[in-house]
Amino acid sequence: MQDLGISILFKGINFQRLMGGLWVTLRLALITIGLSCLFGLLFGMLMLSKRKIAKVFCRMWLEIVRFMPQLVLLYIVYFGFARLFGWDLDGETSAVIVFTFWGTAEMGDLIRGALTSIPLHQTESAAALGLTKGQVYLYVLIPQTLRRLLPQAINLSTRIIKTTALVKMINVTEVLKVGQQIIGQFYRQPDAAFWVYFVIFLLYFLVCWPFSLLAKQLEKRWA
Amino acid sequence: MDWTFIASHVWDYVGGAWVTLRFGLYGVLCSLALGMLCCLARYFRVPVFRQLAVGYIELARNTPLLVQLFFLYAGLPRVGIKFSAEACAVIGLTFLGGAYMAEAFRSGLEAVDKAQVEAGACIGLTRRQNIRYVIFPQALATAVPALFANVIFLIKETSVFSVLAMMDLMNVADTLRTSGGRTVEVLFMLVMAYLIILLPVSVIATMVERRLRYAGFGDQHSV
Amino acid sequence: MADTILRVNDIHKSFDGTGVLRGVSLEIREGEVVVIVGPSGCGKSTLLRCINGLEAIDKGEIWLRNEKISGRTKDLHLVRQKIGMVFQSYDLFPHMKVMDNLLLGPTKALGKPKQEVEQEAMQMLERVGLKEKAHVYPRTLSGGQKQRVALVRAMLMHPEIMLLDEITAALDPEMVSEVLNVVIDLARGGMTMAIVTHEMRFAEAVADRVLFLEEGVVLEEGTPEKFFHAPTTERARRFLQSFTYASKRDKAEVQPKNNFGD
Repeated sequence: MQDLGISILFKGINFQRLMGGLWVTLRLALITIGLSCLFGLLFGMLMLSKRKIAKVFCRMWLEIVRFMPQLVLLYIVYFGFARLFGWDLDGETSAVIVFTFWGTAEMGDLIRGALTSIPLHQTESAAALGLTKGQVYLYVLIPQTLRRLLPQAINLSTRIIKTTALVKMINVTEVLKVGQQIIGQFYRQPDAAFWVYFVIFLLYFLVCWPFSLLAKQLEKRWA
Repeated sequence: MDWTFIASHVWDYVGGAWVTLRFGLYGVLCSLALGMLCCLARYFRVPVFRQLAVGYIELARNTPLLVQLFFLYAGLPRVGIKFSAEACAVIGLTFLGGAYMAEAFRSGLEAVDKAQVEAGACIGLTRRQNIRYVIFPQALATAVPALFANVIFLIKETSVFSVLAMMDLMNVADTLRTSGGRTVEVLFMLVMAYLIILLPVSVIATMVERRLRYAGFGDQHSV
Repeated sequence: MADTILRVNDIHKSFDGTGVLRGVSLEIREGEVVVIVGPSGCGKSTLLRCINGLEAIDKGEIWLRNEKISGRTKDLHLVRQKIGMVFQSYDLFPHMKVMDNLLLGPTKALGKPKQEVEQEAMQMLERVGLKEKAHVYPRTLSGGQKQRVALVRAMLMHPEIMLLDEITAALDPEMVSEVLNVVIDLARGGMTMAIVTHEMRFAEAVADRVLFLEEGVVLEEGTPEKFFHAPTTERARRFLQSFTYASKRDKAEVQPKNNFGD
C-alpha cells in the first residue's frame, strides 16, 4: 500500500516551504493593515470634513473599491500602470498599493461610522461638566469610538488577510504557488494535491479564525 | 484609446459578463437558501444541525474563496470526488456566500426587540404564527442592507473563477490582454463591464432599503 | 356574587436567587378592577408577567376561571388569547399599519373572519378617537395614540381579563389622560382588569380594590378610599407620602427662625 499523500508534506522542508509561502501573503497583509489604519484615520477625518469637495472625493474613492473586484484593481496596477505610466511594479508592490487603496477607504469609513455613532449629547454633557476639549476627547470620545471601532477593524483585517491570497493571480509566489510546486514534484503520489490544498485551506483558517473569535468576543463584551 | 479595438471585442465581454452574472446569480440564490437553512438551524436550536451550521460558518468565513476553489477543483478529484468547473464555481461561491448570508439573517433576527416577541405572544399567537407574522418580517427588513451588500460582494468574488478555466469577465480580459497586448483598452472594458453589472444591483438595493424605511421600519424603537 | 375570574394562589418567583415574588395571593372577580401599587422593584410587573405566562413561576398556582394556567408549557397561546396585556412600551408591530396590527390576533389566533373583525375594529377605533388613523403606520402616531391602539388591539381579542403594566409610564404628561380615560371607559363597560400604575389619582378613580405590594408580598389590601386616605401600615403611608412634596415656601419660613433663633 502506498503512503497517504499527507506524508509528502513532512518530507524534507516541504512544510517549511508552505509556511514560507503563507508568510509572503501574511506579510503583505500586515503591511496593508498598518498602512490602512494610518491612512484610514486621515480618510475618516476627511469624510467628516465640511468641505463638499472632500466629501465627494471620499465618496468616489469608497464607491470604486466597493464596486471593483480587488482582482480587477490588481490587474490595473500590475499590468495597466506599466502601460499607462511606464511603471513596472512587481507583484508585491502592486498588491500593497491596491490593498492599501482598498483598506484605507474601508477603514476610513469604519472610523467615520464609529466617530459619528457617538451621540452629540455625550460631547455636550462632557463639556457641561467643564472638561476641556482635549479631555472630552481623551475620556469620552476616544474610548467610546475605540470600543465600536476595534471589532470592526479586526474583521476588516481578517478580510484583508483572506484577500491577499489573490496575489497568486499576479505571479507572486505565495502559498498556493508553493503548493503547486510541491504537487509537481510528487506527481506520482495521486492524492498529493488533495492533502496540499487541504492543508493550505486549514492554514488560512488557523490564521484567520482567532481574529474572528477575538472580534466576536470584543463585540460581545462592549455591546 | 483604440475605439475600434473596443468595438470589435464588445461581444467577447458580453459573453464574459453573461458567465459572471449567471454563475454569480446561481451562487447568490444558493447562498440565500443555504444561509437561511443555517440560520433556521441555529434559531430553532436543531440539535446536530445547529453545531454543524456554526462550524461551517466559521470555516467558510475564515478562508479565501481562491483557496476553497483550488481545494474543490484540484484537490478533491484526487480522492475521487469530481465536479465540473461550473459546478465548482457554484459550490465554491455558495460555500462562501451561505456563511455570510446566514450571518446577515442572524443579525436581523437578533435585532428584533424582545418586547415585540412578547407582544405577539400576548395577543395569543402560537410560536409559529408569531415567527411568521411578527418576527420574520421585521428580521428580514433589518437584514436587507447586509443581504444586498453580500450580493455585491459575491458577484465581485466571481472574478477568481478564471482559475477554473471559466470564461468569465476576468478571464476574457486576461485572454485578450495576453494575446493582443492592448492592456489599457482591455482593462477599461473590464472596469466598465463590472460597473454595468453592479450599478443596477446597488440602485435596486437603495430603492428597496428606502421603501422599507418609509414603510415604517426605520424607527424600531418605542413603536 | 360575581364569579371569580382569576385566582393567584401563593406564587413565588425569583431571578438568580433573588426572590421577587414571595408568596402573593390574589383573587379578581368578574367586572372588578384591581390596581396594584408599590415602589419600583416590588414585583408588580413580574406579577402581571407571571399571570399570562411570560415568566414561569417557581411555586404556587394561577387559575383562570376553572382552569389551572400555571405550570403549563404547551399551548400557552390558548391561555394568552383569554388574557389581554398592554405594556408601557406599546409594542405595536412596526411593519404593519394600525388596522393590520388590530386584525392579526383575532384573524390568525382566533380564526375570525376578517370583515367582521375589521368592522368591530373600526368601531373601537372610533370610540378611542382614532378612526382616521386606521391605515397609517404606527411610527406616525404619538405615544398616547400608540397606547390607545395597543389597548384596542388587546380588547379585540375579547379577553376575560386585561393586564395593564404601567401603560402611561413612557408618555409625556399631557398624553396620560387621553389613555387613562380609555381605561376608565373600559372599566365602566365592565371589563375585568389588573392594573399596575404610578398614577395615584387615576388609581383612586378607577380601582374597586387596591393592592399594595412591597418586596414581593402584599402588605395591604383594601378599597381605594381606605388605602389612599387611611392606610393601615406605616410602609404604605410612607409610599403615599413620596408622591407629595414639601413646599419651598414652608421651608423658607422655617429657615429664618433657625437663623435668628436664640
